[in-house]
Amino acid sequence: MLKIVTAVISRDLKLAMRRQADIVSALFFFIIVVSLFPLGIGPEPDLLRKLAPGVLWVAALLATMLSLPRLFADDHRDGTLEQLALSPYPLGLVVTGKVIAHWLVSGLPLALIAPVLGIQFDLSVDALLVLTGAILLGTPALSGIGAIGAALTLGLRGGGVLLSLLVLPLYIPVLIFGAGAVDATVAGLGGEGHLSLLAALTFASLGFAPWATAAALKIALE
Amino acid sequence: MKDRFNLYRFASPATFYPLAGRLIPWFTALAVIFGLAGLWIGMLVAPTDFQQGEGYRIIFIHVPASWMSMFIYLVMAFWAAIGLAFNTRLSGMMAQALAPTGALMAFISLWTGALWGKPMWGAWWVWDARLTSELILLFLYIGYMALTAAIDDVRRADKAGGLMLLVGVVNVPIIYFSVKWWNTLHQGSSINLTKSSMATTMLWGMLLMALCFWMYSIAVALVRARSIMLERERHTDWAKALLTGDEK
Amino acid sequence: MLEADNLECVRGERRLFAGLGFRLEAGELLYLQGKNGSGKTSLLRMLIGLLPPESGEIRWQGESIKTQADEFRANLCYLGHLNAIKEELTPLENLLAAARMADEILSEDDALDALEQVGLAGREDLACRYLSQGQKRRVALARLVKEKRPLWILDEPFVALDVAAVDWLAGIISGHLQRGGLAVMTTHQHVDIAAGAVRELRLS
Repeated sequence: MLKIVTAVISRDLKLAMRRQADIVSALFFFIIVVSLFPLGIGPEPDLLRKLAPGVLWVAALLATMLSLPRLFADDHRDGTLEQLALSPYPLGLVVTGKVIAHWLVSGLPLALIAPVLGIQFDLSVDALLVLTGAILLGTPALSGIGAIGAALTLGLRGGGVLLSLLVLPLYIPVLIFGAGAVDATVAGLGGEGHLSLLAALTFASLGFAPWATAAALKIALE
Repeated sequence: MKDRFNLYRFASPATFYPLAGRLIPWFTALAVIFGLAGLWIGMLVAPTDFQQGEGYRIIFIHVPASWMSMFIYLVMAFWAAIGLAFNTRLSGMMAQALAPTGALMAFISLWTGALWGKPMWGAWWVWDARLTSELILLFLYIGYMALTAAIDDVRRADKAGGLMLLVGVVNVPIIYFSVKWWNTLHQGSSINLTKSSMATTMLWGMLLMALCFWMYSIAVALVRARSIMLERERHTDWAKALLTGDEK
Repeated sequence: MLEADNLECVRGERRLFAGLGFRLEAGELLYLQGKNGSGKTSLLRMLIGLLPPESGEIRWQGESIKTQADEFRANLCYLGHLNAIKEELTPLENLLAAARMADEILSEDDALDALEQVGLAGREDLACRYLSQGQKRRVALARLVKEKRPLWILDEPFVALDVAAVDWLAGIISGHLQRGGLAVMTTHQHVDIAAGAVRELRLS
């Protein structure tokens, strides 16, 4: 069972490493969007501290969206997706592998760069730590839920826009708990409650989303 | 109605089409009757609220519309589940026929909510948990309609849309509770919509309006389902016979 | 043994075929023929289980492929009209990755040997995007060299191949059939393949 997951992860990571431009541009998108906010709202540290969690999280959602359309589209175009669907393993496991690989190249870099961007917003060390933890915990759910949308819109005209329309509303709980964790830390309340809910969301969506995605892929491949 | 328990026969468009045609006038008539009675009670009989004045009367539209918007989503998800499990043609058509009405209800609910909010809260929009969830529900409806519209193959559109509905149904409670939680954190003591115990006449008015909306939704959904059906099945014998022969 | 029974295919609003059936025993080859748009590819996709038939049933070793999906796929090798190779990977990596995904055992030596047989010796470490169309097709075909699964389903395998490669591929397929394998394929060319029995199915 694990064999297919690791096989898919290692293949997708190898592909991503040979196309690093994609990872880097999503990351720069994140950095630029976050850096634009202080320019739009002014440099008062109090205001920035208050806005930081929401801004960073919304930017993280959008940056994740950027790479989603290609999650299955490339494999679909060159026929590899068919071969993956014909693998003797359940398709849900293949999708799990692809979701994990997607997170490693999209969510993880966001979490690593987030504390640096948090400094721009004058966040305290505690808040920075919670921010990193929240993005680490929450972004796998984004990859998982996003995969459903990517599979549903596979091969459609205007698939990218449609994908955001479908997926962004489903991201709301992650946004609320993710930003809430940092908010609560800034307010001195402690973000543990939010973080554990975020972890629960991630586990639930990683358990459920790959199978819904597999069903959507089968529909798309008919 | 003797075929009531034979799902497959009922689910066949050739049977459903004429049956729906016969039912539509009845549901329309019921919608009009319930609507008139509900409006009469709501606008004329129900007492003026001592706190909110006449403005509160918008709830006779607002509340039933909100109920319907949620209920229709559940019904669509039910059809989606049937469609994915048994591969019946009718279910996808029903889900698609219901979607615009559901979106309309969500929109009416938001709009009347805003109209009500202005005198009540002094703002057109507040980030109340229920209002926010309703907005997200509208997004889900729009997403579903955009997805089914983007797929040319109707079979795939039905299945993909159905899957989206089921994913939505799993998510709606999570979204609702997260929004509610977020709301209580950010607003402290939030505004409570239904704190005053409702007078019996008001309850009756609301109930009648809800029935009216219900009948209306069924009637329009049936009309829409019939035209979707005819469009999709225009190559089959029964549809051809219908289109060339007498319009029943 | 692969059996198809009373298959019906509807794509969009058109019924491509109905009442289609065949039976293929070990060592036999089935040619699917028909004009473009007659449903050849749709039939192949039904046989590999990606497209559920409107009605009818497909059985592998006497059991419906719907109820034994995973085991059936472990007996199946499908080659579509798309090459299913990754441009960023080298031919060697492509072969090894495909085998891992399909849960097949393929050693690096076997993979290198297969690539040599398809005439790609010396190019195994070059990213596939630098290869010509014909060479990419050969990478895809190299899968068949070491393929031990009993059922091969091939969509236009001879397209974009030169004469020598066509002969070579015919030999590979013959060898597979002689080992007791089954093959279903579409082709526009006439190619001589030694088989226990050659059946033809014409879609109109």
